[in-house]
Amino acid sequence: MILRLHQYWSERGCVILQPYDMEMGAGTFHTATTLRALGPDAWNAAFVQPCRRPTDGRYGENPNRLQHYYQYQVILKPSPPDLQELYLGSLQAIGIDFSRHDIRFVEDDWESPTLGAWGLGWEVWCDGMEVTQFTYFQQMGGFDMKPVAGELTYGLERLAMYIQNKDSIYDLAFNDAGVTYGDVFLENERQMSAWNFEVADTDTLFDQFRKHAAECENCLAAKLPIPAYEQAIKASHTFNLLQARGVISVAERQAYIGRVRDLAKASCQAYMEKNGWAA
Amino acid sequence: MGGMTDFLLELRSEEIPARMQAKAREDLARLFGAELERAGLRAGGLTTYATPRRLTLIARDLPDATEAVSEEVKGPKAGAPPQALEGFLRKTGLTREQLVERDGILFAISERPGRATIDVLAEAIPAVIRAFPWPKSMRWGSASQSTESLRWVRPLQGIVALFGEAIVPCSIAGIDAGATTVGHRFHHPGAITIGSAADYVEKLRACHVIVDQDERQSIIALGATMAASKAGLTLVRDEGLLAENAGLTEWPVPLLGRFDADFLSVPPEVIQLTARVNQKYFVCRDADGRLANAFVCTANVDAVDGGAMIVEGNRKVLAARLSDARFFYDTDLKVPLAEQATKLDRIVFHEKLGTVADKVDRVAKLARWLVEEGIVGGASLDVANLNRHPDEGRGPATERAQLADQAERAARLAKADLVTGMVGEFPELQGLMGGYYAAAQGEDETVANAIRDHYKPVGQGDDVPTDPVTVAVSLADKLDSLEQFFAIGQAPTGSKDPFALRRSALGAIRLITENGLRYRVPAALLDFFADRLKVQQREAGVRHDLIDAVFALGGEDDLVRLLARVRALQAFVGTDDGANLLAGYKRAANILKKENYAVAPAQAGARGSVDPAPSSAGDDSRLRGPDGDVEPAEAALIAALDAAEPAAGAAIAREDFAAAMAALATLRAPIDTFFDDVTVNDADPAKRAARLALLARVRAAVHGVADFSRIEG
Repeated sequence: MILRLHQYWSERGCVILQPYDMEMGAGTFHTATTLRALGPDAWNAAFVQPCRRPTDGRYGENPNRLQHYYQYQVILKPSPPDLQELYLGSLQAIGIDFSRHDIRFVEDDWESPTLGAWGLGWEVWCDGMEVTQFTYFQQMGGFDMKPVAGELTYGLERLAMYIQNKDSIYDLAFNDAGVTYGDVFLENERQMSAWNFEVADTDTLFDQFRKHAAECENCLAAKLPIPAYEQAIKASHTFNLLQARGVISVAERQAYIGRVRDLAKASCQAYMEKNGWAA
Repeated sequence: MGGMTDFLLELRSEEIPARMQAKAREDLARLFGAELERAGLRAGGLTTYATPRRLTLIARDLPDATEAVSEEVKGPKAGAPPQALEGFLRKTGLTREQLVERDGILFAISERPGRATIDVLAEAIPAVIRAFPWPKSMRWGSASQSTESLRWVRPLQGIVALFGEAIVPCSIAGIDAGATTVGHRFHHPGAITIGSAADYVEKLRACHVIVDQDERQSIIALGATMAASKAGLTLVRDEGLLAENAGLTEWPVPLLGRFDADFLSVPPEVIQLTARVNQKYFVCRDADGRLANAFVCTANVDAVDGGAMIVEGNRKVLAARLSDARFFYDTDLKVPLAEQATKLDRIVFHEKLGTVADKVDRVAKLARWLVEEGIVGGASLDVANLNRHPDEGRGPATERAQLADQAERAARLAKADLVTGMVGEFPELQGLMGGYYAAAQGEDETVANAIRDHYKPVGQGDDVPTDPVTVAVSLADKLDSLEQFFAIGQAPTGSKDPFALRRSALGAIRLITENGLRYRVPAALLDFFADRLKVQQREAGVRHDLIDAVFALGGEDDLVRLLARVRALQAFVGTDDGANLLAGYKRAANILKKENYAVAPAQAGARGSVDPAPSSAGDDSRLRGPDGDVEPAEAALIAALDAAEPAAGAAIAREDFAAAMAALATLRAPIDTFFDDVTVNDADPAKRAARLALLARVRAAVHGVADFSRIEG
């Protein structure tokens, strides 16, 4: 499936990238999306990105929620006029038959408070299941998009459940030799859920958050927006872990989100300045 | 002038959010109508349609051209100084010779010729598109290099603009208006050409697009109902869901599916909410009225396999959702609510008002107080007994103590479900889940019900709780919010009501008045409650002037007594006596007003502690003693007042407002005779003063019941 998507988008002018080697909550955090979305230059890319969302952990007991899963991400800037048709073509390429399935574009506006970003779009439903997030970015890092980029985020496990007709992610076939998704990831989900929710040392996490934030400032002072942004992502993930541990109160939550947003925005701003782009 | 022609406009875009479509139709009609009016055009009718992918307007019977208009601008007089004339010529851009003189005044007359309607439309279309007030709009594509590029709800893909059969030549953001559109995304993806407004709807129908949103709703309603009945079930109607599904489909196909009956162990409200909010499915009931393990989804396609795969896919999604819901439910059930409640100190209620735990503590104490004071759970509350001391008529003390304990217990647990997983997932289940968990964890049924219902009443149509424990908790919760937010200066202003205090006040008012609670509204909230009560009573059809007449007395903090007075007044003014007394009163009041005779001070009567001879003017009239100067009609009125005032006063004191009105009614005949026989404006200043004082006494007596000057008619 990944290979077919790679081929499809590669034929349509996308560079095919590899996953970013850091923990992040969504493919949108990949520099190929966040930073490359900024500025006037055309940019078309496709890649797989593993995502970690500590609070979504269910100890492997929910058939389609995990704290670690994969997204397939496509970013096209400027957004092409036939983006919906291109997207539907990609679904056909991975074997979805529109004469037997019900595809719908259901309003779902996207906002990332930690990236200072928002966009309008839909969640795409296939027979009632959200299989893709489809977004026209309007702002990133607090900057208006000039021009607007279109972002497609496919939930790979869900699409695979669809195509393989499985009720549970863990029953997905990982290969033709009987290895399932559960064989590969179930124990990982159990252990990571336990760590995320119960074990992770919160003093360490608070300490790491402070250090990532400080290091981000350090990079910004050195006019190095890419490493600064990496530190912002690390701070963001640390914050997500603290959330899962339930040690951030409602009142503090906004302050933490604001702190991460400031780091991400400052990194975006430094990136714009480094490239000589006006806001 | 030619004949009448229809105009068709279709604005085709990527999928418009369902919730925005109805308003968008209104806006399109309004903006387009305004453009026509500006040009002096009137359509025989405007029809609008919306689908997920198009917003359409048909204007019927437009003339082919606007009428020529002649405009006249009045200028200076013919003999005016040259400066005035020059200024006028500059303003109008005309020469002296072009002005027309009429009756010695100069006029500039400009003839505006009629314009072809198609030209007007060509300008109106881009203007309407640019001015369109989408709640959220976006930029897209390469044009978005500039932030000034066109904004629309989603990328605008095409415009059909046909006046008769002619394309209206216009263009916006690189899109030229034309005659081609597209059919259903999957059934008929190619271009189709529209001939005119006349064939638009049917041509699209042939391409699997039902343009009319109402027709799509009917199709869904009928199809879903039939699918349910074929399965031996009854569909649970949901108008909001019908409209939403109609807004998500161009070719709606309702399909029934089943989910695993094991999920029915989850509360039915949770299942229904999960199905509705997350998946936009209808649910069904079985023959016994219980929620069935069935759902109806609305596909946007006629699948080649009759929808088998679609139903199967939807079943799986719902199963995953329900499995998540069951996970929350089972997890929540394991933690006692009292333990959950301890976590409320982590949730900030308001930065100046502490945490939810603080609020819960205040509400628990207030709920207990409301019961212990006999305000809630007191004895019968009919109007005849209103003056009874609160201590009378209490049930046995133990029963009251038990009610107070239950009210406090319920209040202490009422907010605990806010920290449960289920309410975290579905905030609208607050209260309801607490009720389920409390019942399952062995709380008293009364307590569980109070937890469940303590947010009620939430809207105008919502039921008002009647169980004393629920009433105590619900009222305490609302009063606490109101008092606390008012105390920190957060009263609603204008359209700003971020803490929904108007709704809280209305809820409290309904709890008080519909349960007949003798509660004295705190002074800080009294004006706010009075305003809300007025609005509520007006909406309930009570004559607003009667409400005003009672409110004008001021100072009433007992809403039950206040409404009893309004009701008695309404009954009274409907009678002959009432109407005539009102007429006599008005005559008296008008004379006093003309004489600038001071209005008696605000009536103590409002608080029910009426002085039987309430006005100083009344005393004056008696000072004159029974000498021969008093005419018989005057004496009769004095006698009537002497009798009526104490009778009315006593009736008001025991809150028998009907009796108070009856006492006043005895004044009617003496007043009429007084006006027939006596001249107020007597030459003798003493007599005149005495008669004015007598009229003032009449006015004061009437004001003991209500300010009749506010009553119309």
